[in-house]
Amino acid sequence: MSDNVVDLPIVGTKKNALEVVTVGTKSARVKRRLTSRTATVVSLVIAILWTLPTFGLFVSSFRPAGLITTTGWWTILQNPGFTLDNYKEVLLSTSQSSPQLGAYFVNSLAIAIPATIFPLVIASMAAYAFAWIKFKGSGALFVLVFALQIVPLQLALIPLLQMFTAILKPGQEALHQLIPMIPAQNYLPVWIAHTIFALPLAIFLLHNFISEIPSEVIEAARVDGASHGQVFFRIVLPLAVPALASFAIFQFLWVWNDLLVALIFSGGTPDVAPLTQRLAELTGTRGQDWQRLTAAAFVSLIVPLIVFFSLQRYFVRGLLAGSTKG
Amino acid sequence: MTTADLLGKIIQVVGALAAFALVIGLLLFLIDRAPKRGRDYWQLTFFIAPALLLLLAGLIYPAFRTSLLAFTNSSGVYVGAENFVWMFTQPAALITLGNTLIWVVVVPTISTAIGLGYAVFIDKSRGEKYFKALVFMPMAISFVGAGIIWRFIYDYKSGGNDQIGLLNQIVVWLGGQPVQWLQTSPINTFLLIIVMIWIQTGFAMVILSAAIKGVPTEQIEAAELDGTNAWQRFTNVTIPGIRGSLVVVITTISIATLKVFDIVRTMTAGNFNTSVIANEMYTQAFRAGEQGRGAALAIVLFLMVLPIVIYNVRIMRKQREIR
Repeated sequence: MSDNVVDLPIVGTKKNALEVVTVGTKSARVKRRLTSRTATVVSLVIAILWTLPTFGLFVSSFRPAGLITTTGWWTILQNPGFTLDNYKEVLLSTSQSSPQLGAYFVNSLAIAIPATIFPLVIASMAAYAFAWIKFKGSGALFVLVFALQIVPLQLALIPLLQMFTAILKPGQEALHQLIPMIPAQNYLPVWIAHTIFALPLAIFLLHNFISEIPSEVIEAARVDGASHGQVFFRIVLPLAVPALASFAIFQFLWVWNDLLVALIFSGGTPDVAPLTQRLAELTGTRGQDWQRLTAAAFVSLIVPLIVFFSLQRYFVRGLLAGSTKG
Repeated sequence: MTTADLLGKIIQVVGALAAFALVIGLLLFLIDRAPKRGRDYWQLTFFIAPALLLLLAGLIYPAFRTSLLAFTNSSGVYVGAENFVWMFTQPAALITLGNTLIWVVVVPTISTAIGLGYAVFIDKSRGEKYFKALVFMPMAISFVGAGIIWRFIYDYKSGGNDQIGLLNQIVVWLGGQPVQWLQTSPINTFLLIIVMIWIQTGFAMVILSAAIKGVPTEQIEAAELDGTNAWQRFTNVTIPGIRGSLVVVITTISIATLKVFDIVRTMTAGNFNTSVIANEMYTQAFRAGEQGRGAALAIVLFLMVLPIVIYNVRIMRKQREIR
């Protein structure tokens, strides 16, 4: 974690993160063995304990249905068997009884991508205004936005759903009339809900980063006659890319893994509902169909795991920064 | 899913992104051409209004509505504090409150302890990166996915059948009888808590590990020269050095734990005495049609989160002043 990627300014941990860069390179040269033998054993045990559950599920998802439900996955050497049928069945089968995850997978993507981009753009604009446009009450307003982080989203759910039913629904119906291909039950409410719930944290984090851009840079551009719009697009956004990337990854995973917002605002149909919701449903109704559940769970895990392993260092920053979200 | 469905979804996403870009672009274009007088105000409005309007309509106003809703019954009639009385007198609701307390005490303590120990043990060891990735991985997994992974471990097969759940197999190997773990109260609550610990330990470990590396090596070397042993160095040098991060980790995990919903929903749906506030809030408001009770539970949740956040903010401010 100590590579020299530009850091999100994280209150409280920032000092440490900066020091890590210097200490980390020093210690990297002097690779020691684990502190002692007991420590080695203990950390090995923890590492195994933490990996084993996922590993067991992974192995099981490739075993034939008959074997999964009669023998433990740890007996795979005595009861060998390998099949891709479970994945075929959960993803491609169109029979009524199969989970038909294909549609839900598309939904998860269709929800997560806009629900990452919308708050990112809106929040970076607001963050820029708070950081670089002077106006009366700026400080108080920013504190208010920061304080909104403590409102758990549970507190907003019921009225927000009522508002969506009253205001958004006619619009959705109209859209369905206009373009029949778009179902009346569409992604709009889920996008809006995720955008709103992401804003307080996003504005706060991006403000921290954007306000640390040297003021000479911005003032020079302003003196040369650049408007706020130009400064924002040409100077601030390019400079804020590391912070934007960290937050984008974090928000993407958060939305992809979310269940609560989806349950309430998606309506639960294959038109809108994401993978998490389908999985929760399956465990409720078919809790013993392990050949389906194991494969289905892995279908939902694959995107976060790819994001996680390829962008781990950005993800860590997003997490460090996003730890008070919700 | 038919091709038409897929096409409809793609149109939605692309259309929404295009519309969004168009609106932002158009506003930006217009704002640069706003009348010279008061142009700064126009620009300010453009930058800040979308966020503020969304927050006002989607967070502030609903939060107020919820506060009012908490004092009404399912048909919207004002009932005073009846919902709160229900919460603190009904045995089922009391179990929910009790469970939430157990969660919020156990999860932060144990995941921070394990995360800290692990971070210390693997610090500067060979393959530290891989050790970290293994324990950190559950953090990327959804709570729902984690719920399925652990349900598989807790699975139960009756009598003479082979066990397919690892936990019951271990019990059988040790000569015991298999147990229906998730149906057996009160152990089921602790088994759900293990899932949350499994997820949060990685978070604690990563942040504390970064903090440990921030403790000046000079201090540790000085303590070593003074003839202290590893434990003394840990308690007297490392712990004070990472106190700030410890507070952040514990408070963050506490807040996440208070709001835990997905794990309970997926694994037991709150049955068998495992419900917690966030799950009960959903059940009451969106399943049982008792919006007043749901709102009351949401407010209690808010009140439980509040002191933790305030404490956290105060610590942050203190650290800022020191710098």
